[in-house]
Amino acid sequence: MALLEIRDLDVRFSTRDGEVHAVKGVSLDIHEGTCLGVVGESGSGKSQLFLAAMGLLAANGKVSGSVRYRGKELLGLPAQELNQFRGSKVTMIFQDPLTSLTPHMTVGAQIVEALTSHRKMPREEARARAREMLDYVRIPEAARRMKQYPHELSGGMRQRVMIAMATIAGPDLVIADEPTTALDVTVQAQILEILRALKIEKRTALALISHDMGVIAGNADQVMVMRHGEVVERGTVESVFHAPEQDYTKMLLASMPRLSDPVHLATRPGEMLLEVKDVRVTFPVKGDGFFAKTRALRAVDGVSFTLRAGETLGVVGESGCGKSTLARAVMQLIPPSAGHPKGEVLWLGRDLTRARQNDIRAARKDFQIVFQDPLASLDPRMPIGVSIAEPLKTLEPGRARTEVRDRVRKMMAHVGLDPQWINRYPHELSGGQNQRVGIARAMIVRPKMVICDEAVSALDVSIQAQIVALIKSLQAETGLALIFISHDLAVVRQLSHRVMVLYLGRVVETADAAALYADPRHPYTRALLSAVPTPDPDVERGKTRTLLTGDLPSPLDSRAQLTFLKSRRIDDPDAMQYRPKLIEVAQGHFVAEHD
Amino acid sequence: MSWAGHSGRKAETLERAFVGRSLWADARARLFRNRAAVASMIVLAIITLMAIFAPLFSHYAYDAVDYDLVTCAPSWWPGDAACFAGGTHWFGTDAVGRDLFVRVLYGARVSLAVGVVATLVSLVIGVLYGATAGYLGGRVDALMMRAVDILYSLPFIFFVIILMVMFDRNFILLFVAIGAVVWLTMARIVRGQTLSAKQKEYIEAARAAGVSPFGIIVRHIIPNVVGPVVVYVTLTVPDVILTESFLSFLGLGIQEPLTSWGVLISDGANTMESAPWLLVFPALFMAVTLFCFNFIGDGLRDALDPKDY
Repeated sequence: MALLEIRDLDVRFSTRDGEVHAVKGVSLDIHEGTCLGVVGESGSGKSQLFLAAMGLLAANGKVSGSVRYRGKELLGLPAQELNQFRGSKVTMIFQDPLTSLTPHMTVGAQIVEALTSHRKMPREEARARAREMLDYVRIPEAARRMKQYPHELSGGMRQRVMIAMATIAGPDLVIADEPTTALDVTVQAQILEILRALKIEKRTALALISHDMGVIAGNADQVMVMRHGEVVERGTVESVFHAPEQDYTKMLLASMPRLSDPVHLATRPGEMLLEVKDVRVTFPVKGDGFFAKTRALRAVDGVSFTLRAGETLGVVGESGCGKSTLARAVMQLIPPSAGHPKGEVLWLGRDLTRARQNDIRAARKDFQIVFQDPLASLDPRMPIGVSIAEPLKTLEPGRARTEVRDRVRKMMAHVGLDPQWINRYPHELSGGQNQRVGIARAMIVRPKMVICDEAVSALDVSIQAQIVALIKSLQAETGLALIFISHDLAVVRQLSHRVMVLYLGRVVETADAAALYADPRHPYTRALLSAVPTPDPDVERGKTRTLLTGDLPSPLDSRAQLTFLKSRRIDDPDAMQYRPKLIEVAQGHFVAEHD
Repeated sequence: MSWAGHSGRKAETLERAFVGRSLWADARARLFRNRAAVASMIVLAIITLMAIFAPLFSHYAYDAVDYDLVTCAPSWWPGDAACFAGGTHWFGTDAVGRDLFVRVLYGARVSLAVGVVATLVSLVIGVLYGATAGYLGGRVDALMMRAVDILYSLPFIFFVIILMVMFDRNFILLFVAIGAVVWLTMARIVRGQTLSAKQKEYIEAARAAGVSPFGIIVRHIIPNVVGPVVVYVTLTVPDVILTESFLSFLGLGIQEPLTSWGVLISDGANTMESAPWLLVFPALFMAVTLFCFNFIGDGLRDALDPKDY
């Protein structure tokens, strides 16, 4: 008998716009100690399927069918009985660990609560168990973390806390709904390691829901591909990945960016546009206590690079490595009250860091930015046409309204949006369409350089492929220079002439893209490359991962930057540390000193 | 979100696709589709017009005392025949025989003026001040908000008395005194909302697009903090009207024979048992007005939020 049997599960939502049929009669089995991977793009109903099975559906949802846990029917059980299973026997991990943790409770208290709400247990014992569990999910300094609040932890840490909470009561089945989507590749690899360990060591069954074929390939035993609420294809992981039968599965596999894909770059670097010299950005961080001194968080610590017309510089690194801060420092977007940017940013030979605000504003015509979250970067109260027109109106004032409107409509058509949508609001569009709006807004003033700050990270793989293609074609057409920031090394490879790897605000390796991917020299670059999931179960399983282990360093700790040069490290968190130098190992290939 | 729901709007979208609309144009269109809000606007307009043209509605003067008709019930009320001799008083008369109908209308002048003007003043000052403090942040924010705190800490009555002593008793002072107090809360609310709104990526996008700080505050921050502001405004109007009656009660506001709804209601409450109409009619007018403001406020908030559409 299967651990969890779902038969003909049907989910419908009644909304103001009529009924939405989210899940259409899906059946599945999960056996003890196995992992079922559920793949699908957003809107495929993969999350609703499991929310419905757990009785966690929104109030306007209706379920029918059957959900059996060890033969016991769960659908229609009163909440009280259901709670005996939920949270102890069957638990869930969600995508966004910040919203699924209570912000005003310490992490420790929340884990203890997860434990004691199902079993009576002395407080001290519960606390000890919680600490053990945090150790198990490899949270450094577990005792101290117990007293911290969710917002004080990094995304990866929070997800570990979620896993600790989900597994502390010893469940038979953990439903992980996009558990690593919000995380960096190296952190993703660590989280997946933990989930794998759970499956092997504790014989916990796993339902792994993901849009990422690579994540599924390395972890699932059985795979189910969903689209529009229906199962498109199912089978063992080998059969689905090696011999997909359905076109949709083939399309999904084909749009996954792979490191091994051939690269065609459309442009050749031209004249020098941007020279960044030794840029540093520090943010003052207040310590604990009333009289604590403020310490300097070095978000970007001495980064230099150049960018030529038509060139793409890929900037790679984990969250917190300063890649977004670097982008904002180049764009002169860091408010002087928040950070203290130092160094030089030469745009066409002119130093922007010493320019007056008005001059910078005028110079913005030449460099624009596309943000990560397409919905968040558009004013929810502005029709998209107005959003797209905004840079044009402010940077090239004095244009007639009809001219502005024509430019907006042309630009919309150019990026693949229907010009008739000019009056739509962002929430009426999909994520991919909104990102096209973001690109249109950046491109409308015909800039010489665009910074794409994780511009495709929030999108479905098939949409991601389209947006990357769009950016490429725009670059080919206009000879645009790009700084393409991403944590996804495979995507960066598709676009970049040069790649720069950042670690805690410093460059650890920079080289021509081909050289860097073929011959990574720095251990961090190697770890990043090995953490990229490949949509191929054999490769994924056979891969020996260079996992980064040990403490995840805090950027406030001056020792952290020397993680890869321990021999030169002074063991004092406040000491002035040695600064690793970049050494040219081959022509144009620079690597930071490391052990 | 489903595309099915938008099909009904297709025709309209096609027709207007070539005209760029703004939030405000959209909001206006949505507001006028909200029946409760439109009905409220009509009722409010009627009350306002009646207040402005009050003398046309009745041949009684608001201060005409008639000792023959003291505390008469409304003339359509069965019974009390003695009162009918003096003519028709639709709402009855008060303790010195003045026509209540015309006094309610004159009271509307004061109450509506105080309520709307003081609220508008507080809206403009409070929103601009709060949004500026919140957006600029840092030391400017600290200074601006400490100033608000200092004004907050002044006892209100003390403040009004000082104003009265310095400038003589004056109708305009009433606006100044009330407005000076109400905008403080508004500024605080707006500042708080601004602090969270300015963290949003679209603000950064606007800065990248070269929009000036003032442009960002006006075009991006204020439209996005409007929800709580509108709710607060609809709560402020009744609050201000009641504050006015409180000041008048202390002898610091409107003086006899002029009157306001607040004054009429507090007088009427004293004679509630013997002459209920003295309470019921002004209270009815005030309640209807406040309902109208609330519906309009709700309508405005929904209209300004495209997601609610």
